[in-house]
Amino acid sequence: MTATQEPTARAEIGRDRRRKEDQRLITGRTRWTDNITLPGMLHLAMVRSPFPHARITGIETEAAKQSPNVVAVLTGADLGEAQGACINAWPVVPDQVTPAHVPMPSDRVAFAGETVAVVVARSAAEARDAAELVEVDYEELPAALELKESAEAHANGGALAHPDLGTNVSAVWRFDSAEAGTGGDVEAAIAEARENGIVIEREYRQQRLIPAFMEPRSTVVDPTGEQITVWSATQVPHILRFAMAATTGVPESKIRVIAPDVGGGFGGKLQQTPEEMITFAVARRLGKPVKYTETRSESLLAAHHGRDQWQRLTLAATKDGHVTGLKVDLLADLGAYVAIVGGGVPVLGAFMFNAIYKFPAYQFQTTNVLTNKTWTDAYRGAGRPEATFAIERLMDELAAELGKDPLEVREMNWIKHEEFPFTTVAGLEYDSGNYEAATARAKEMFGYDALRAEQAERRSRGDKVQLGIGVSTFTEMCGLAPSRVLGSLNYGAGGWEHAEVRMLATGKVEVVTGASAHGQGHETAFSQIVADRLGVPFEDIEVLHGDTQISHKGLDTYGSRSLVVGGEALVRAADKVIEKARPIAAHLLEASVDDLEFSAGRFAVKGTDQGMAITEIATAVFAAHNLPDGLEPSIDSEATFDPVNFNYPHGTHLCAVEVDTETGQVRLRSYACCDDIGNVINPLIVAGQVHGGLVQGIAQALWEEAVYDDNGTLVTGSFVDYLLPTAADTISFDLDHTTSPATTNSLGTKGVGEAGTIASTPAVVNAVVDALRPYGVHDVAMPCTPERVWRAINSGGSGGETTEAAAPHFDESEGAAQ
Amino acid sequence: MIPAAFEYVAPASVEEALAALAEHGDDAKIIAGGQSLLPVLRMRLNAPEWVIDLGRIASLRGVRDGGDHLAIGAMTTHHDVGQDPMVHEHALLISKAITHLADAQVRHRGTFGGALAHADPAGDLGAPALALDATFVVQGPGGTREIPAADFFVDLFETAISDDEILTEVRVPKYDGWGAAYEKFVRIAHQWPIVAVAATVRLEGDTIAEARIGLTNMGSTPVRARATEQMLAGQPATEEGVAAAAALAADGTTPPSDLNGDADYRRHLATVLTRRAVLAAAGRG
Amino acid sequence: MTRINLTVDGQRVADDVEPRMLLVQYLREKLGKTGTVVGCDTSNCGACTVHLDGRSVKSCNVLAVQADGGEVTTIEGLAGEDGQLHPVQEAFRECHGLQCGYCTPGMIMQTVDLLAENPSPSEEAIRLGLEGNLCRCTGYHNIVRAVQHAAGTTGAAEGASA
Ligand SMILES: Cc1cc2nc3c(=O)[nH]c(=O)nc-3n(C[C@H](O)[C@H](O)[C@H](O)COP(=O)(O)OP(=O)(O)OC[C@H]3O[C@@H](n4cnc5c(N)ncnc54)[C@H](O)[C@@H]3O)c2cc1C
Ligand code: FES
Ligand code: FES
Repeated sequence: MTATQEPTARAEIGRDRRRKEDQRLITGRTRWTDNITLPGMLHLAMVRSPFPHARITGIETEAAKQSPNVVAVLTGADLGEAQGACINAWPVVPDQVTPAHVPMPSDRVAFAGETVAVVVARSAAEARDAAELVEVDYEELPAALELKESAEAHANGGALAHPDLGTNVSAVWRFDSAEAGTGGDVEAAIAEARENGIVIEREYRQQRLIPAFMEPRSTVVDPTGEQITVWSATQVPHILRFAMAATTGVPESKIRVIAPDVGGGFGGKLQQTPEEMITFAVARRLGKPVKYTETRSESLLAAHHGRDQWQRLTLAATKDGHVTGLKVDLLADLGAYVAIVGGGVPVLGAFMFNAIYKFPAYQFQTTNVLTNKTWTDAYRGAGRPEATFAIERLMDELAAELGKDPLEVREMNWIKHEEFPFTTVAGLEYDSGNYEAATARAKEMFGYDALRAEQAERRSRGDKVQLGIGVSTFTEMCGLAPSRVLGSLNYGAGGWEHAEVRMLATGKVEVVTGASAHGQGHETAFSQIVADRLGVPFEDIEVLHGDTQISHKGLDTYGSRSLVVGGEALVRAADKVIEKARPIAAHLLEASVDDLEFSAGRFAVKGTDQGMAITEIATAVFAAHNLPDGLEPSIDSEATFDPVNFNYPHGTHLCAVEVDTETGQVRLRSYACCDDIGNVINPLIVAGQVHGGLVQGIAQALWEEAVYDDNGTLVTGSFVDYLLPTAADTISFDLDHTTSPATTNSLGTKGVGEAGTIASTPAVVNAVVDALRPYGVHDVAMPCTPERVWRAINSGGSGGETTEAAAPHFDESEGAAQ
Repeated sequence: MIPAAFEYVAPASVEEALAALAEHGDDAKIIAGGQSLLPVLRMRLNAPEWVIDLGRIASLRGVRDGGDHLAIGAMTTHHDVGQDPMVHEHALLISKAITHLADAQVRHRGTFGGALAHADPAGDLGAPALALDATFVVQGPGGTREIPAADFFVDLFETAISDDEILTEVRVPKYDGWGAAYEKFVRIAHQWPIVAVAATVRLEGDTIAEARIGLTNMGSTPVRARATEQMLAGQPATEEGVAAAAALAADGTTPPSDLNGDADYRRHLATVLTRRAVLAAAGRG
Repeated sequence: MTRINLTVDGQRVADDVEPRMLLVQYLREKLGKTGTVVGCDTSNCGACTVHLDGRSVKSCNVLAVQADGGEVTTIEGLAGEDGQLHPVQEAFRECHGLQCGYCTPGMIMQTVDLLAENPSPSEEAIRLGLEGNLCRCTGYHNIVRAVQHAAGTTGAAEGASA
């Protein structure tokens, strides 16, 4: 650390500062994209395909054009090349099969919900009215819907998502520890275990999920200035600007993208969307500001989905339970197109299946498959929740096979704290961690032994309500990402982040970050970092982000990267400010640079009471009347930081559930977790991230599932049927932390944005299965609905498929009057 | 999100409302609390030309003591019915069902009559109304008629109210001293019931003298669990006494299969929930 | 067009509106009360919650014409005229009961209603009282703390030292 002050009672880092951004948010003084109105602004409504796969044989727009206050009705053919294209930034293999993704196709639709025409009118209501009048003729094509069937379609003449590609397989990506030289031969390990050890073979389903951020996506484009201004509810303003420029030919310098207040993302707004591209094209064509705001139904239908994998897993172990090999074979459903990082999501999991365990041999393969469903991409955790689920479920299965406590089996196999840094069989170097400490603390908080005793008692009593205890000792890799690593994986961009610190003449400080917040509290946490570093009051720091004209460089917010990558860039920029101020301070104090000490915001001349605040130097630099010869009149600084490694938060999560064996209902009883996320900047924000993550992960285990019917229609197309949990379905959580500072950034922080989601899903499912082991149950498919649990108890298996029909509460089969 | 355009009228009396209904016929739709109708219109699943708002008709609001029954005005909100001490005293089952119905905001707008007229088989009020043998009072051009609950629910979203009539009031006989419970089974809190059981019982000592049980979402209309009711009469109010009768609850029902559960699972649930509801109603839950 | 008169956040307003206009649209588009937001089209999310004649309602599920003659309070009318935050607003900040803030106006308005009906609710009553409001960010933990804090029935945010 170059800021040399000792952490004092007043240190900002580590303090539970209330958030700066809240004053506006709790009083309704917000700037969501849909709040923006401009003079003469026109509104868009999309006409979407009801069919998953069809040729467009005709679009009749005349009636719509005649509808009141309609300005234009445009089809893909009308917009042509001006629409640009939706890009894939990560071709995971050199020969990846990547269908062209035109924002509004003119010949063929590839999923139900794809836009085929856009209506432009003076009001949103009139645009919708006219959209109902657009008649589209479709010739239905066979649709690739079922993942396993689609993966085989090229061989057996099944339906192809994109017939001209000849296959649905977009890519096969593989890692093998023997080939990579990071470990042994997995087949040999499995063969050995079949002879003399234990082999656990399982197939798990990662159901399709919908990110379901609360703010529906919205885009406003104003083409009337020299630069075209785009406001969008996006996590990735910088990437969006790049993609718009790269695919439409509009110079990047002529596009300004602003992400104003953004109401959640969770990966779901990490996309360059067809809707954004269409809105951009319409505004350019008409020369008027236009707005498109989706409805929730449209959002559930057409914003990218997440997960959707089949996992075939083989774990080999010795008879006493030491793991010897792990083989992972995935089928990943990409949906209709390869989204911006869609193909990379399963690959991100590749390095994490081995988790915290010392597997001597490992093999991973994913087959990425195109289908005629909504495209998939990152959803909170992206690849790592899937991996963590698989390994944590398997470790429980191994424990059950051995008749041992699941924590004991984990401890036998995990990396001991004295073994760090540790290079894993997947080739990653884990810098720090202490699984023993986190586990011990979590057990204590949870009352592990007492709950086990209660479980035994309920079992022996034959209680109709059984208690289950679920364990998840997770780790993850986050802080995306070292650019060189991304390059080696064929990713199309880097993983650096940019920050700038501007010292204003009035003593205030502006911090510009390329990370783009949407609820994570960057304004507060970044202010704390800078306040400590520069010794200026927390209140005097303004954090600016999310506007490509202000924050000209950045790679935005995802992969728990803002703090560990963006925060480090900020530290470096702040340190540069101090270094630039130092000679000026020396000059003004008439002292030697070597005699200056910087502490608590002041340069002091050692051994004297002479000194000067850095903010005073900022004022002096602004006046520039008296500066050393040859020095530029600025102490503003910027820095771009490219991490050298990922970082590896970990934690032990323990969940207790009560299962009503008569109905199959699962009720959360208690949940305790002890996470190690390195040093904490703001414990309040960290706790919030964990809580929110936990509920998203628990929701995958118990409630959420995007279901399609045989016609390729999304059945869970509204919040009536896509079940987000409410306050009444969840419980209060018990959180604590152990701290092994990260060694790869100067703040010692690790990412926290995804930890809760990654850890909690297997903890809950393990708890459900644990409750039911006496009934011979060893798996319940997700979500563990009451019906599935009941079926697993009564007829074995993992509970069966969800029936693909919704109850029509808002449908009315009767006529106009009752 | 935005309904198709319509004309709007807010009559001040039932007579004016009936006149409007007569004038616009098939092109009109009544709006009560709007909590079911507006989502339908917003998703453009229906697009009436006229919307007739009953919200300004004061006479349709409130709960009256009618001597041997309570008269619940069709436009009384769920919240007001739920809070009403007379309902609590004389028709406890309805109070119990309403605490589980939708959420606070919806209960502030949605109405007792609107929910019953909507006739969603998953609606929480049909089974209690049926179990309590409520009488539905409807008014039309030819005057007023009374429809017994057993004849009111015709099919999915279909009741015995004809196109030119308005439901004005629901009369619920008094069940003083009866215990009641509503067992609603959901996956998440704000769902409509996957299955629910409305049970009310009269005890004589430790014996169930009479039981009335309505099932929600076990067919295209709410249904009575008659076989269970009959078998319960005279049984001790104990787990054993109730279990055998409850096992008959799903007999003859035709529940749907959907995202939330297949028919066989629903039948099973109905038996478990019936046992629990009866025991809870008997104060043994 | 239908003429409506109402009082919104203490101010009297009158407009000609299409009967199909939803109260939430009226608030946002005609009055610029963009603090109230829309999160769904089935009235499940509660983001649009306001008070109509003293009770919480989902303003996406009320026609503006139905509110004629009524009194509406939105998140923007909750704080005092001097900017003094309502205790529930204050509690959401104090307990970190929000992250992206999109659900927050609805959560706060529903909480005010909940506490009016039940000034010292149990945790269970709080959770049930908020069942019509979805939040995707907070996991509800700190929202519950905030409601408890506002009710004075305990409630410090997780991670808070004070
Ligand atoms: C998010 C949400 C969750 C819900 N959850 C539940 C739940 O769990 N359980 C449940 O039971 N309900 C639930 N509902 C529905 C709620 O109970 C509605 O209030 C009710 O179904 C309809 O009542 P309403 O007064 O709003 O009627 P409206 O929506 O105004 O009308 C419904 C129908 O009835 C007709 N109608 C209304 N009044 C009359 C009358 N007097 N005479 C003739 N016809 C009339 C209308 O024309 C319309 O067809 C939910 C609603 C929402 C929005
Ligand atoms: S917008 Fe009103 S409830 Fe969702
Ligand atoms: S704070 Fe983001 S939805 Fe609640």
